[in-house]
This record gives sequence, C-alpha cells and structure tokens, in this order.
Amino acid sequence: MSSLLNGEGLALIRGGRLLFEGVDLKLEAGGALHVGGPNGSGKSSLIRLVAGLLHPSAGRIERAEAALADNNLTLDRELPLSRALAFWKGPKLAEAIPAFALEDLAHVPVRLLSTGQAKRAELARVLASGAPLWLLDEPQNGLDRKGLSELGDAITAHRARGGAIIAASHTPLPGQWTMLELEA
Amino acid sequence: MTAALIGREVRRGLHGAAWLPVAFFLLVATIVPFAVGPDGRLLGRIGGGALWIAALTAALLPIERLIEPDRANGVLDQLALTGTADEAIGAAKMIGHWLTFGPLLLVAAIPGSLLVGLDGPALFRSLISIAIGTPALAALSVAVAALTAGLPRAGALAGLLMMPLAVPLVIFGAAATGDGESAALKLEAAVALLIVAGAPFVTGAAIRAART
Repeated sequence: MSSLLNGEGLALIRGGRLLFEGVDLKLEAGGALHVGGPNGSGKSSLIRLVAGLLHPSAGRIERAEAALADNNLTLDRELPLSRALAFWKGPKLAEAIPAFALEDLAHVPVRLLSTGQAKRAELARVLASGAPLWLLDEPQNGLDRKGLSELGDAITAHRARGGAIIAASHTPLPGQWTMLELEA
Repeated sequence: MTAALIGREVRRGLHGAAWLPVAFFLLVATIVPFAVGPDGRLLGRIGGGALWIAALTAALLPIERLIEPDRANGVLDQLALTGTADEAIGAAKMIGHWLTFGPLLLVAAIPGSLLVGLDGPALFRSLISIAIGTPALAALSVAVAALTAGLPRAGALAGLLMMPLAVPLVIFGAAATGDGESAALKLEAAVALLIVAGAPFVTGAAIRAART
C-alpha cells in the first residue's frame, strides 16, 4: 500500500514567527496522526499546510486526495441541510447523513443548526467526499456525547477501509493514534 | 464543480438582491433629466454617457457579496481541496454573476435609454453598447471583489479600484451609443474581450494571495 501522506522536513513561518521546523509526516492506509500542542503552536496551520492551502517555508509534501473540516461552516446557510451538503458532490453522501444522525435535520436550513449540529454536518461532508485522507481541525468542538461516539465510529470505519486521518485536538481521540506534539 | 458553482452563484444572486443594481441604474437614469433639464437635444447628446455612468455605478453595488463571504466561510478553501483551480472559480463566478446582472440590466436599459432621451436608432445603439459592456462590467466586479476581499472598508476601496479600470470601457461604450459610423463599438468590444479574458486570472491570483 502506498502512503497517503508523505512530508519531509516541513517548516512554516507565519507573520515572521517560526511555528515549527523539521516536521516529518508519514501516513499509510489506516494510519492516524494526532497533532497536539498548546494554543498558537501551529496545529491548525499544519493542517492547512497538509491541505495545500499554505505553502511550507521549507521541506516538501505529497498527499493523496484529502477532505478538510476546520472551524468554518462551509455549507450555504440559506439552503436546507441536504441540499447544502449535496452541493459538494460527495459520492458517499447517502452513507454520511445517517453516520452523523442528520436524517431528521435534512430539511432544516443550515442557518438554524446549532454549533454541534453544524459540526456534525461538516464532518458528514468530509465523510461524503470519499477522500482517503481526512484533515480534522478540532473535530470534537461542540459535539455532545452522542456526536462524539458517532465521530469515533466514523473514524474507526474510515481507518478500517484504508483511509488515514490527521486530527488536531486538545483531547484524546478514540483508537490508536500516533502523537505529534508541537511546541509553543 | 464549475457548473455547480455557476448554478450556486445564480441562485445566490437571485436569492440576494439581483434587482438592486437594476433599480439603482434606473434611478440614476431618472435623475439625469432632472439635473440637466428637459432639453431633448441636449439630453440625447449626453444620454449615452449618462447611461454608462449609471451602469458602472450599478455594477459596484454587488461587489461585496461576490467573493468575500465565500472567503470568510472557507468555501474557497474547500473548492481548492476539491481540485478546482482558483482561475476556474473566478470564471464560474463571472459567468454566474453576469447571468443575474447582464440580462436584467439590458432590459432596464430600454426604459433607461428612453429616460435620457435616446430613441429610435440611438436606442438600438445604446442597447448594443450596453449588451457588449455587461460581461466586462461583471468580470471587473468579480476581479475587484477578489482583490479587495478581506480588507477593511472593502466596499469603498472596490469603487476606487474599479472606476479607473473601467475608463476605457466607458469611453468606447458611451461613444458607441452616440455615433453608429465610428469604430467605437469595435473598440468597446475589444476592451470588453480583454477584460473578460483577463479577469479570471486576476481573480484566481487574488484568491490565492488572500489565502492565509
């Protein structure tokens, strides 16, 4: 199995400040990397760098197709949830909606969703994308206990299918994770 | 993804205030005779120019909703992750914006032309000139929206940026309404083509530069 993510000697300078350097990332199928570290240590920036939205100041990176869930609500607020999700053309949408228990919310406009519901919708968009590499920035934010267990199940199922995950979080995630601690 | 994005732009344009630029355009055209006076010959001479000023100022109105909301919400980031080129986003936004702006403005240009004293062959010339100009105005709006996205007081800044860029278009567009014999219409079309062809690249580069 070829690797889904390969990064060597990554460094990132933002606003004249060195966030991290010499970071090596490698994820095979089924792999999972938990990025930890204090606020401002560059966890989100590392995720955006892997996503290709930021360019490394040094090092090189290659990755498979990826899907990102950060703290933005990227669904159109005026649309019902099912149509807002459908815009992103995820091949696994039919599977993603029940995985995050969104059936009952399908006709609710996105602007009326609570923080936790919106987070579940964003995670469903990632699952629906069918991308082998998931990039999750604070995926547990706003989720209740049920939401957390749905997230755990989705992560386990994704890894069992040969997917890989990078998650930035302050709290432990279910399953076995490789740890990467960034320093402030 | 590009087709879906065009559809989304049209839906959001109609859902938002697609009539607002048109209403503004007609309002400016209505004010011209009040400001200049009822002299039909004088109005007919300056009418084409007045109409173009109205069209240009109307094109400024939707700028703030074209790019900035999608940048702030991370939609542009997600589009990049689906493998959509930033230039393709720019082109889709231009087409989507034109669809909710161009045809409506063209329809409004009929009463608008009559209000500023252009009738008969002059009405026909002004409609042709506006029709050729609207894709360029839509393209400029999207490019300027991308260049100012995320900046404070972006609306005012967009006006300052767009007005000078639109000068060649206004010169030839207004001239084409006045004189059917001159080459103004061809020059207007050339300027419009240049703007329409270049705007997706400007928009794409601006979207990339705004990504932090």
